[in-house]
Amino acid sequence: MFNFLANPARFMRIGNAVLPWCWAVAALTGGIGLYLALFASPADYQQGDSVRIMYIHVPAAWMALSVYTLIAAFAAIALVWKHPLAHVVAQAAAPLGAGFTLICLVTGALWGQTSWSTWWEWDGRMTSVLVLFFLYLGIIALAHAFDDPERGNQMSAILALVGFVNIPIIKFSVDWWATLHQPASVFRAGGPAIHSSMLWPLALMAVAFMAYFAALLILRVRGAIAARKVQALRMVRGWGN
Amino acid sequence: MGALFAITIHDLRLAWRRGAESLSVVAFFVLAAVLFGFGLDGDTAILSRVAPGLIWVTALLAAMLALDRLFNADYEDGSLDSLLLADHPLELIVLAKCLAHWLATGLPLIVAAPILAVILNLPAPAFGPLLAALALGTPTLTMIGAIGAALTLGARRGGVLISLLVLPLYIPVLIFGVGAVGDGPRAVAALMALGGFALAALALAPFVIAYALRQAAR
Repeated sequence: MFNFLANPARFMRIGNAVLPWCWAVAALTGGIGLYLALFASPADYQQGDSVRIMYIHVPAAWMALSVYTLIAAFAAIALVWKHPLAHVVAQAAAPLGAGFTLICLVTGALWGQTSWSTWWEWDGRMTSVLVLFFLYLGIIALAHAFDDPERGNQMSAILALVGFVNIPIIKFSVDWWATLHQPASVFRAGGPAIHSSMLWPLALMAVAFMAYFAALLILRVRGAIAARKVQALRMVRGWGN
Repeated sequence: MGALFAITIHDLRLAWRRGAESLSVVAFFVLAAVLFGFGLDGDTAILSRVAPGLIWVTALLAAMLALDRLFNADYEDGSLDSLLLADHPLELIVLAKCLAHWLATGLPLIVAAPILAVILNLPAPAFGPLLAALALGTPTLTMIGAIGAALTLGARRGGVLISLLVLPLYIPVLIFGVGAVGDGPRAVAALMALGGFALAALALAPFVIAYALRQAAR
């Protein structure tokens, strides 16, 4: 499987075939999901319309965690099997993950202001997500800090694996510490604790976020491979970098 | 074993002869705390309340200042290559170097902490817990910092980069370090957590550092 996808040309053929489907799924689920979230779903009896922030905030938070997990997995693949594309995928995913984390933090602050009347609270969930954001920045910065890009990729992959300790901390922070942030209400033992009229738009938005991420990731990997080709051609013709 | 001690002693002797390293760390530590004193307008009531946090934050920053010396000199003059070729596992050599670094920069922080506690008006019963927390927390700072130092070896703008990598990872030590300065079961639990961090860092970090150093030397 790894070796099959290690060929950049083959990877891109599959990527290009999947790309339109990703856009289609993102547009469809995002469109329906946003309509349901903003108009068709009920307002919360306590929070009013501000509960609709959830349909952006929660999928963004899920993406922030899963993109980091993806990066750590690809970092491990890159370090163990020396897979040539794994570094490219990990580096392509890092700014996207940082973006999702930023969306999660900003929407969280807006939501916190309306329902807890505070922009920021130093509780476990918020601080650990902030640390996640800094880890993303570190992964991006470290990869670009060396004259030899291969070296930067490797150091960045090690950092991604070291930073992975933070992911379980984020996940369980709401259970370990008595915090302002509510505990998990969708993925929990005994089924989701929210009503289906809110669960459906949330699920659709989550699928839309995932498809959107997949589309952007394919685009970014395609760009990185193209950039390498350009560089290789220039080296052959002796144009330098 | 003897070779490992030799590395520790060699690094300590270098640090002693350069002299400036330990001194500048302690000087930064004390000066930053004095700045907080002025910044808070010398309000002793506020200072004594925030003193544990101020001391820990300045200790974190001071510990970070000295990190780029940890492997950089060996990397630049090529002695890192001979350490890689040595008979002893690189993980143990790393541990020996980290021990020297902690003795040269971590221990002076603990020694200087009571001065800061006096300047910042920390209540007298909190002195003991503060020193215990620093003694348990600074080894973790050294080990996490060494990971950052190994990862940024040979990087452009390594000094700025290392703060971006290391400071977020220092946050747990800061949280529990401040929590340990107090009394009651919560402070004891925080102290135990600090001890746990130190043990985990001592056990796991050398492998990461050694791996990064091997990549750096290629």
